[in-house]
Amino acid sequence: MSLHPNEVLRRARIARAVLLVSFTTLAGAFFRTQVLESESYVKLAENNRLREVPLPGSRGIIYDRMGEIIAENLPGYSVSILSPTEDSLRRALVGLTRIVPIDSALREFIVRRFRRAPLRPAVIFSDASFEVISALEERRVEFPDLIIQSAPKRYYPDGEAMAAVVGYTGEISEQQLALPKFATYKAGQQVGRAGLEQQYEAQLRGKEGRRFVEVDARNRVVRDAGVRADEQPEAPPPLHTNLDIDLQRFTHAYFGDSLRGAVVAMNPKTGGVLAMYSAPTYDVNRFIGGATTSYYQSLLDDPHRPLYNRALNGQYAPASTFKLATAVIGLQRGLVTMQSRMPQRCTGGYYFGRVFKCWEKNGHGDLTLAEAIAKSCDVYFYQLGLKISLANLLAGGVSLGFQDSTRVDLPAELRPTWPESVKYFNKKYGPRGWNASVVLSLAIGQANNAQTPLTMARFYSALATDGGAPRPQIVTQAVERTQILHLEPAQLEGLQLALADVVSRGTAAGAQVQGLTIAGKTGTAQVPPHPDNAWFVGYAPASNPEIVIAVILEEGLHGSRAASVATKLMERFLKKKLTLNILTPD
Amino acid sequence: MPRPLRRQSIDYPLLTLALLLSVFGIAMVFSAGQTDVPSSFVAHAWRRQLLWFGVSLLACWTVTRGSVRLVEWSAWPLYVASCLLLVLVLFFGTGAGTAASMKGWLTIGGIRVGQPAELAKLATTLMLARVLAAQRDDVRSLFDLWRPLAVIALPWVLVMAQPDLGTGIVFIGICFAMLFWAGVPWPLLLMLASPGISLILAFSTGIWGAWFLILVALVLWYRPFLLEGVLLVVANVSMGVLAPLLWDQLQPFQQRRLLVFLDPSFDTRGSAWNVTQSKVAIGSGGLTGKGFMLGSQKRLEFLPARHTDFIFSVVGEELGFVGVTIALALFLALFLRGTRVASRANDSFPSLVAFGLVAASFIHVTVNVGMTLNLMPITGIPLPFLSYGGSFLLVSWIGIALLLRISAEGRGQADALGL
Repeated sequence: MSLHPNEVLRRARIARAVLLVSFTTLAGAFFRTQVLESESYVKLAENNRLREVPLPGSRGIIYDRMGEIIAENLPGYSVSILSPTEDSLRRALVGLTRIVPIDSALREFIVRRFRRAPLRPAVIFSDASFEVISALEERRVEFPDLIIQSAPKRYYPDGEAMAAVVGYTGEISEQQLALPKFATYKAGQQVGRAGLEQQYEAQLRGKEGRRFVEVDARNRVVRDAGVRADEQPEAPPPLHTNLDIDLQRFTHAYFGDSLRGAVVAMNPKTGGVLAMYSAPTYDVNRFIGGATTSYYQSLLDDPHRPLYNRALNGQYAPASTFKLATAVIGLQRGLVTMQSRMPQRCTGGYYFGRVFKCWEKNGHGDLTLAEAIAKSCDVYFYQLGLKISLANLLAGGVSLGFQDSTRVDLPAELRPTWPESVKYFNKKYGPRGWNASVVLSLAIGQANNAQTPLTMARFYSALATDGGAPRPQIVTQAVERTQILHLEPAQLEGLQLALADVVSRGTAAGAQVQGLTIAGKTGTAQVPPHPDNAWFVGYAPASNPEIVIAVILEEGLHGSRAASVATKLMERFLKKKLTLNILTPD
Repeated sequence: MPRPLRRQSIDYPLLTLALLLSVFGIAMVFSAGQTDVPSSFVAHAWRRQLLWFGVSLLACWTVTRGSVRLVEWSAWPLYVASCLLLVLVLFFGTGAGTAASMKGWLTIGGIRVGQPAELAKLATTLMLARVLAAQRDDVRSLFDLWRPLAVIALPWVLVMAQPDLGTGIVFIGICFAMLFWAGVPWPLLLMLASPGISLILAFSTGIWGAWFLILVALVLWYRPFLLEGVLLVVANVSMGVLAPLLWDQLQPFQQRRLLVFLDPSFDTRGSAWNVTQSKVAIGSGGLTGKGFMLGSQKRLEFLPARHTDFIFSVVGEELGFVGVTIALALFLALFLRGTRVASRANDSFPSLVAFGLVAASFIHVTVNVGMTLNLMPITGIPLPFLSYGGSFLLVSWIGIALLLRISAEGRGQADALGL
C-alpha cells in the first residue's frame, strides 16, 4: 500500500468526513424522532402502558310522588380481569374456579365478553357477593390481573310490589350491542331491560368514569393506582314519577299469594299513574346482576306466568264494565236518555235467534238506562246494542279509544282488541261464519273485545271527569287529554250518578266504604272453561274524582269481589292523603 | 520481548473514551435490568458485564505489552484458529436469545463460551492488514486484489453459513474500509461492490437498468482488462437475475427482517414490533428523557432485547436526545482518535490494523444505532461497549489495546511528520 504522508492525510480526511456525515445524520434522525416528533411517540408509549378500567356510573334514582325511593343504587362489587390473550384468560378462569364458582357456561360467556373488547377488562361477576370478594382478596397475589372494584348495584326497596312498572336492569346483550341505538354502549355495561328502567334508559344511564392501570408488554397489570388521575363517574338527575309507593305496597299486601290479576290506578284528571300492579309478581331485585337460571326457569315454568305484565298487557274481555261504553254510544247518537226504557222488560233472557241470558235468572223487570247500569242488566243492553246497530257500535268503540294503546310511558304496550268494522268478522269468520247476534255480546263487553286494565282505567277517567281521556303517564309530564265522550254535561252527570248507584245500591253495594262516595262498575267475564274473571273499574270520591282504579281478578268469580279490592285501595289512597293534608295544611 | 507501554506514550484520550463508554454501557445494562416484572437474567446482567469489563481491562493491559511485530506474527495463527472455530461452530454451535435459529455460539459443557465470529472479525482484520501491507505494487486491477479478497471470503462464507447476516455485513464493511485505506482506487472499489449493488437493486428492474448503464460507462472509462470487464458485466447481470433465487434461499425470519426494513408496516406484531417499540421508546424519551432507570417502554418490557441489540433505545428513552448526543459524541471522538492513530502509525500494517478496527467498530455503531430508528435493517449487531455481551466487550477492548499499542509506537513518526 502507499504510505506517502500526503496520501494518508487525504484518506484520513475522507474518513473523517465520512464519520462526521454519518454521525450528523444519526444525530439528525434522533433529533427528528426525539424532539420534533416526540409528542406522537409519547402518546404511543402511553397507549402501550395504560389500560382503561371503566368505573361504572350510578343510574338515576327513581322516586315516587312523595319522594320515596323506588329504585336506588347500593354499593356492590364487580370482579373483572384484564388478559393478554384468550388462552391466558381461560387459564386464569380455570385457576379462579378453585376459589369461586364459575361453571363452564359462565366461562364461555366471559370469553365472549373478552372477544368483544379485548382491551377492556372482561367482567366475571358484575355483582359479586361478599363471600366471593373476600375469597378472591385473600388470594389476590395469585391473580394480579384481577380487578375488584366497587360497582353500584341497582336495588328496588319494594321489588315485588313495583315489578310491573319499574322493570329491571341487566347486562347489555350481544344483540343489543349490534344495534345503532346502543352505539355508545360497551360490552359488560348495564342497561334497562324492562319497565321504567328500559323506557327511561337515556335519562337513567349514568356516565361511566375511567381509571387507569399500567400493563406490561404481555398485558399484565403492573400497577393499578396513581398511574393517572381517575375520571369519576357521574350520576344523572333523579327521575320523579307519579307513582304512589304506599298504594303499590298496599296492593301487593292485599293481593298476597292468593289473588291473581292486575291493578291500575291513576289520577283521572292528569293521567298520572298512581299504581300499576300485576299478580303474581316477582322480585326484580333477583334480576340484578343476572337472574340465576333456576329462578328464571321457575318464573317461566309457573303456570300463572308471573313475568306476564297483566296491568299493561293483560287482555281481558271487559264484560259489564263495557256497558258504559254501550251507554255512551247510545247517548251520543241520541237513541236513549238516562230515563229511556227498552221495548222488552228483562225476564232473565232475550230471544234473538236463540236465548241470550241475563246474569239475573229471575229478570230485572222494566228498567231505565240508569237502573240498567246500576243493576248491570244484560237484557237492557242487548236491546240497546241492537238499537245502536253493529256498525255504529263498532265505530263508536273505535272513537272511544278501545282499539288504541294508551301510549303510557312504558315499553312494549300491546294494543287492545276491538273490531273496527264488520269487515273484521267477514275476514275472521267468513261472510257466513257469523251473524248479527254478535252485537248483543259486544254490547255487554263480551265477544271479540279484549281490553287491558290500563285502557279501561283510561275510559273511566273520561267518565269520571268531563269526558276527556288523559294519556296515562308514570313520569311527570305535561297533561295530554283527548275528549272522547262528546256528551252533554247532563248526560255525563246521569252516567256518573248511575255509576255511584252501582256502589251505593247496585252490584257493588257490598264494597261500600264508610264516608266515601265511590262510583264504578263491576264486570264478570265468562272465560270458559275457566271460572269467571272479576272486573271493577271505578273512581272516588264520586263528586270530585282523585283516583280511578281498574281491577281485574283472574278467576275472581264475580265483579263485586274486584269492587271490594278497588274500594279498599281507594280508601287507602284517599284516607292517607286526607291524613297528610291534615298534618301539612299547605 | 514483551514490555509494557511507557506511561507517557499511552494515548490517554483514546483510553479515556473507551473507559467512559464502558462505564456508560454497564450503567445502561444495569438500567436495562430494572423492569417491573424482573427477569433474573437481565436483572443481573450488569454484574456479569462488570466482571467481563475487569477481564477485558486485564486482557487490554496484557495485549498492550505485545509489540506490533508480535501482533503481525500472530495474525496467521489467529486467522487459522478463528476459521477453524467458525467451522466448528457450524457443527456444534448453538443459538441464543433473539438469534435462536443461528449457530453462533460455541458451547462447551452447556456453558456458552463465546461467539467465534467476534474473534474472527479481529483475526481477519489483522490478516487482511498483513496481506495488504505486503502488497507492494499499486493495485490496478481487481485481479490484483485476489489475496485480500480470499482472506475475507473464507470467514465471510463461514459466518453467512451460520447464518449471521449482520456479521457478514461487518466483514464486507471491514474489507472495503481497509481496501480504501490501502489506497485501492475508488473506481475499483465501486466495481468490486457492483455485484452487491446489483443484487440489492435487482428488486426494481428500472433502477437496476440505470445502475447497469452507469456501471458500463465506468468500465468503459476506467478500461480494465477485457476479462475483468466481461466478468463484471456477467456478475452484475447474474446478480440481477439471481436475486429472486437468492431471496428464496433466505430464512423466513431474514426475509421478514429485510421486508420490515423496507416497509415497517409489513408486520406490526412480529419483526416490526421490535423496531416500532424501539422508535416509540426513543421518541417518547424526548429531549431530556424519562430519567435513568425510569423508561416505561423498558420497564414494562415493550422494548425487546433491551440489554443487547436495543440498548441504545434505552439510552434514547431514559436519557433523551441529550443522552443520545453524548453517547454518539463519545463514539465519534473515539473513531476520530482511532483514525488519527491509523494515520500516524509508523508502518502499513499497524496503520491498516488501526483503520480496520475503527471501521469495524464504526459499522457496528451505525448499523446498531441506525437499526433502533429503522434506518438500518435488524441484523442483531451489538453496540460496542454498551450492549451486554462478554466476548464482544473483550474483543472490543483488545481492539483498544491494539490501538493503544499502535498509537504508542507510531507517535514518534507522526510527531516527525508534524501531524
